[in-house]
Amino acid sequence: MAGYRSIRGLDWPLLAIALILCALGILQIYSATLDTAWRAAWWKQSVYLCVGLLAMWIMTQVDYHTLLGQVPILYGVSLVLLVITPLVGRLVWGSKRWIPLGYGFKFQPSEFVKLVIVLLVARYLTELKSDRLEIRDLLKLGALVGVPFALVYAQPDLGTSLTYMPILLIGLFLGGMRWQHAVAVLALVAVLMPVGWFFLKDYQKARLETFIDPMKDPTGKGYQVIQSKIAVGAGGVWGRGVTHGSQTQLRFLPVAHTDFLVSALAEEHGFVGILVVLGLYFLLLMQIVQNAQAAPDRAGMFICMGVCSLLLFHLLINAGMAVGRMPVTGIPLPLMSYGGSSMLSVFMMLGLVNNVRLRRFVS
Amino acid sequence: MKHIPAERQPDASISRPLLRDDTKFAAGKIAAFQYVAVGVFVYLALGYWDLQVRNEEFYYGKALQNQIKSLPIPAPRGRIVDRDGRVIVDNHSSYRLILSRDTLREEHLRPIALGLNMEPSDLEAKVRRFRRQPSYLTIPLKEELTADELTFVEAHKGGDNFPEMELISSMNTRDVLGIKAAQPGKDLKLTIDLDLQVVGELAMQGRRGAVVALDPRTGEVLALVSTPAYDPNHFVGRIDTREWSALRDDPYKPLFNRALQAQLSPGSTFKPIMALAALESGAIDENFTVNCPGGANWYGRWFSCHKKSGHGAVSLKTAIAQSCDVFFYAVGNKLGIDKIAEYGGMAGLGRKTGIDLPGEKDGVLPSSKWKIRTQREKWYAGETISVAVGQGALTVTPLQLAHAIGGIAAGGVWMRPHVVRDEKAAEPLRKANLDAENVSKITYGMYAVVNEWGTAAAARIPGVEMCGKTGTAQLASNDLLKSKNMGEAFKDNAWFVGFAPRQSAEIVVVALFENGEHGNLAAPIVRDVIKAYFDKKARLNKLQQPAPSLASNLGLSGPDR
Repeated sequence: MAGYRSIRGLDWPLLAIALILCALGILQIYSATLDTAWRAAWWKQSVYLCVGLLAMWIMTQVDYHTLLGQVPILYGVSLVLLVITPLVGRLVWGSKRWIPLGYGFKFQPSEFVKLVIVLLVARYLTELKSDRLEIRDLLKLGALVGVPFALVYAQPDLGTSLTYMPILLIGLFLGGMRWQHAVAVLALVAVLMPVGWFFLKDYQKARLETFIDPMKDPTGKGYQVIQSKIAVGAGGVWGRGVTHGSQTQLRFLPVAHTDFLVSALAEEHGFVGILVVLGLYFLLLMQIVQNAQAAPDRAGMFICMGVCSLLLFHLLINAGMAVGRMPVTGIPLPLMSYGGSSMLSVFMMLGLVNNVRLRRFVS
Repeated sequence: MKHIPAERQPDASISRPLLRDDTKFAAGKIAAFQYVAVGVFVYLALGYWDLQVRNEEFYYGKALQNQIKSLPIPAPRGRIVDRDGRVIVDNHSSYRLILSRDTLREEHLRPIALGLNMEPSDLEAKVRRFRRQPSYLTIPLKEELTADELTFVEAHKGGDNFPEMELISSMNTRDVLGIKAAQPGKDLKLTIDLDLQVVGELAMQGRRGAVVALDPRTGEVLALVSTPAYDPNHFVGRIDTREWSALRDDPYKPLFNRALQAQLSPGSTFKPIMALAALESGAIDENFTVNCPGGANWYGRWFSCHKKSGHGAVSLKTAIAQSCDVFFYAVGNKLGIDKIAEYGGMAGLGRKTGIDLPGEKDGVLPSSKWKIRTQREKWYAGETISVAVGQGALTVTPLQLAHAIGGIAAGGVWMRPHVVRDEKAAEPLRKANLDAENVSKITYGMYAVVNEWGTAAAARIPGVEMCGKTGTAQLASNDLLKSKNMGEAFKDNAWFVGFAPRQSAEIVVVALFENGEHGNLAAPIVRDVIKAYFDKKARLNKLQQPAPSLASNLGLSGPDR
């Protein structure tokens, strides 16, 4: 019993890829924050990485079936945390996303709710006896994910709230959603889209408008995208060298160590660097897919695929916005962007994947 | 693999939810997901390819443009200097001060606060707000440092007992490729004489009112004082809202430039103009006398003289010297309002003088036409009696009064008042062919006011032929002050207009002392300014070179006051 749960059972290739990405991220954070007020960020990120590895190890130790059993409690706690965040949270950039913990630490509940949603979707779909989703289950699961979505959306943090959607979508897809239902939902979304426009905050509307035409307001809302594209383009094939990207070093690039880290990376490491990083992410995702395929049961499969689609979504939005192919939202690049909460939640999710892997030999 | 352990059956314990382990059913869908993932990666890679490989040149060029930036260097504004070239307004460079918290200790706060003219508690609060922030975040301390504060920082920077402080300009440049020097603005030379200005300001300290000093020969403004005043330095950059509303809502209206904008009844200071109208129009001659029993009846109403016991038989000279109201009631009645308006207009009342400063007001010079135009009513003869002693509808600004009396003293030449020095001589605004006899009769009367048995004997200056006229008048509009229930507001305004010397006057000064009760309280203010003028002139004549000025002795000339 103890043998397959030993440390040798971990997915070492997965871990190696993750660590390489983290190392590249720390290097890029170091370069992007030279001579700025954030110059200590790279070693802080190293500390977060160590904490993340520890959290991952802890996440592998409790059988994921036990975790699934605790979903109602985890879900309840999540909702409570999301409700109190705007009450005790501090306003940062017009949004209350963090709960201050004292000693300079702060905690972003919405990051950890991702894990709960992965578990929630996995449990709900596993408990169904059918391979086909009925409209009733569709609505119930939609509502269960919809509540935390709405709470995070109201913080307001559209970006993070949207990251819950791929977890739900992959679950519905794998769980046997009927194509007629999919078409109906798509049609409904298409109809509601213009209505939803009125519910968007002004800054969100501005971001969407900027996405469609960044030159409309080049010094204002379009500034980030334009400067990011210049940074990426100026990197060329081989890049301008670490600490030598002028866009990054002269601070034309906004938040180059967090949301726009990939732009700084593209400027200093070039297209070759981007291909290496994208390749590593692809390998990482495929490694997770492989764990999903090897999972001992449906629950494990859903967990792995939920994590996988979430990471894919992060990558698409973050790397896409840097080249103007996705609207600007504050979604970090997993494993690379500076930030403790993001680092911790990603490693905990990798912990879930390893948890499933460690228990793949059911007999 | 298909075997379901007993504890995972549907009815098993709650902590183990129902789990089905047939994972193969989704194999096709997982493969589909993998294709989607490949699609996403290809889409992203193409995005980077497009920018980094296909359009590298374009974006590299843009990045280069970002590195080389041409920034305008603001040209230093010209300084403002007084007529002797002493600096009134100067430029100074501004610095922002940043406090680094790495080396900051509790005991540093007090000395820093004192050196930077901040409240120690404010600074503590500022630092406390950063307590939760990472220690590498610096605290912006002050946006615009004064010279004193700059000296303080320079003296203590890097010392053992002080934390790190950084003085930074707002731009972060790496290399400067080239600088094209900015052309500084030209100095603005004023006609103001800082010495007289300072005397006027000191004399008006703690009082409300205005002082205007003109050179009647040129129209140059030698001093222009309005009190209470405000510090224009607070408007440099951005005035804060609290300070602004305090200035705006102050019942004493410091933002109101009384010298140009206060429109008030001139009271008896109007009498020289009345005398001019009477003599020039031929309404009276030098033998004209009036018996003053302390008042007179006109058009069914009793108009009293300010001297209740009466002046007895009064000639023009006595009437001016002792400010006999009854005499001027009679003169006014002889002239009629339209003759008064004609000569008042000649002296420049009822319209802007055209000074080169914004916001000047017109005042009111009533006439029968004016009344029909503004009130759709005919003029009543009784109203003329009030106007004859500078009351009623008549209002003037201090500047207008100085301009009007100065023109008479100059023998009928009115120059446009101005504060910006112009080297070439200006054309007169108006010229009148006044009988020199008539002018000297008026100026003799005004000489008597100060030097003989007049109302302002206190204004006498030994060795200077100073002439003047007191005035005591009600505020034209004191509704606001009344509503604020300030008893002082019911007191009369004190005026004094003086010039010297009697013949070919060089300086004319008007002092307005709001709620000062009687004109002889305004007279010493005018005396001080005129005395300062002649003292300075005597000093210059003696030394043939400028002596250290009063203003610089008081340390008031620099920009950093």
